[in-house]
Amino acid sequence: MDWSLIIENSIKGFIGINAVYFAVAAIGLNVQFGFTGLLNFGQAGFMACGAYGLGMTAHYFGISMWWGIPIGIGFSVLLGFLMGIPTLRLRADYLAIVTIASAEIIRLVVRSVKFKTYFGGSDGINGFSDPFRKIGDDIGIVQANQYGFWPLRFTGRELWTLVVGWVVVAIVAYFVYLLMKSPWGRVLKAIREDEDAVRSLGKSVFSYKMQSLILGGAIGTMSGMIFALDRGSVQPDNYSRDVTFYILTALVLGGVAKVSGSIVGPMIFWGIFTFMDNFLRQVAKDPVHLGNFTIMKSTQVGQLNYMLIGLTLILLMVYRPQGVFGNRKEMAFDGH
Amino acid sequence: MDIKASLSTATSAARLALAGVERTPGVIKQDAILTASGVRREFGGIVAVDVEHVEIQRGSITALIGPNGAGKTTLFNLLTGFDTPNTGSWSFNGRSMEKVASHKTAALGMVRTFQLTKSLTKLSVIENMRLGATDQKGEKWWNGLFGRVWKAQEASITERAEELLNRFTLGHMRDEYAGALSGGQRKLLEMARALMTNPTLVMLDEPMAGVNPALKQSLNEHIRGLRDQGMTVLFVEHDMDMVHDVSDWVIVMAEGRIIAEGTPEDISKNPAVIDAYLGTRQGQSLLEDE
Repeated sequence: MDWSLIIENSIKGFIGINAVYFAVAAIGLNVQFGFTGLLNFGQAGFMACGAYGLGMTAHYFGISMWWGIPIGIGFSVLLGFLMGIPTLRLRADYLAIVTIASAEIIRLVVRSVKFKTYFGGSDGINGFSDPFRKIGDDIGIVQANQYGFWPLRFTGRELWTLVVGWVVVAIVAYFVYLLMKSPWGRVLKAIREDEDAVRSLGKSVFSYKMQSLILGGAIGTMSGMIFALDRGSVQPDNYSRDVTFYILTALVLGGVAKVSGSIVGPMIFWGIFTFMDNFLRQVAKDPVHLGNFTIMKSTQVGQLNYMLIGLTLILLMVYRPQGVFGNRKEMAFDGH
Repeated sequence: MDIKASLSTATSAARLALAGVERTPGVIKQDAILTASGVRREFGGIVAVDVEHVEIQRGSITALIGPNGAGKTTLFNLLTGFDTPNTGSWSFNGRSMEKVASHKTAALGMVRTFQLTKSLTKLSVIENMRLGATDQKGEKWWNGLFGRVWKAQEASITERAEELLNRFTLGHMRDEYAGALSGGQRKLLEMARALMTNPTLVMLDEPMAGVNPALKQSLNEHIRGLRDQGMTVLFVEHDMDMVHDVSDWVIVMAEGRIIAEGTPEDISKNPAVIDAYLGTRQGQSLLEDE
């Protein structure tokens, strides 16, 4: 068993690019779900907005990649309005249905053959991220070089995306932290508790929910951009339902309605995930037998890992429902 | 002593204004702050509210009473925009309110509380209070980012909130979660929070429900105090002692209609009211019943 490899990979999972783009998406989702109580099950759709905003610049518009940032955010604002206008006056469940459906519609449209000229179909879009890579090279984080020491060893390519990614996480987290400390955040938290009370005090609940949905979505869009830049490609199936639910899981793990929770949750999620994956792979290098019975083969590691993750989450929900950073006292007043 | 004196002045002023008013349902008042005509709300086949005409006298405490299912709360919901009537028109301070969204009524000076208290349990008591203040700069997200834009206003809001909390004997609970308050304290908090909007008309839906007798007395004082400060109070209540104690005028609803109006003394002797409450004519005052 190669413990040094397991540890190295686990630490890289803990702070790696997966944790970064999950964290950004979770911060956005936290604005909607954690602070406002909006059930957005379509965060992957917002992420796709960002990824395709970047991808389409080179592929369809033929302009600089940097235009993709405002274009992607524009897409997400539009998507927020489309989702929110019909549903935000209704009960929370309707938003959940519409968001999950919208995200799927986006995925199916961008991967369709019919719109291949715009979105590249199921092949996705490649080769748009050179301007981003070039900056990394220019400031001295050369793509092909190796940096760091055990257990933190990265290629220049990985390191540059990580640096940018964590800077984005920090900026976005601070932005949301400031907002949630402000009277604006207070209105959102009050809406989460009781819409009618807020309405009776003269606040337009619809308008605040819309702002929350769009803001959270725009932050989710940035997550999609980071992911697309890291891969250097945009693939429609990277923005499917399960991404939304893993992000939601990571958020709950960290603790909802806490900015710190939405950063640490994804880190723990990917840390544990990578550790278990690596550990099980080492264990199952040779099939594990109990007598004549084969318990595990290396091809079954993936499935078992997901099962164990599920079990961990169940245990967490039973013994620490507020998540790692949540406030137990707040949870206590759930049933009035 | 001054308070007592001014209280009685306010009482007599309100009583005086209503003294010459005829004791008939839907009667015209001298100076109405709220007027509603032909307001009708049906749920399926059931007519919940069918009010021909009603007016609320400015500067008075008006009680809205009636047996369960009389449509009192529904009328509240309609007047505050929380529900839409099938037909009808109503105006507040001379301004037609039919097309006004529920959240805008508070800005116009009309605030309500709820039968089931809506304390925001996961916010602290002081945050509940601050939420009530209208026109907050920091409630716009682009301002929220910059503390210096809203901090000064927040400080003055906090000061006003603390004053109100002390008045409602909740000062010591300032930093507790609202969820930690008792039922009666939540009623007080909700009323205090509503006052943060600086209303001219306060509509209280069963302010006494679940409040212990000791607290009831001070709640009565608070309600009189509101009128003393020039506000108009309209409240729904089942507690007949309270109705008799604080109200200047009583409106009685039954089966969606207004069946009687008058001073508390008139109402407790009104046979139609006794009928509505008890089904048969008992020939006895409701108050003597207790």
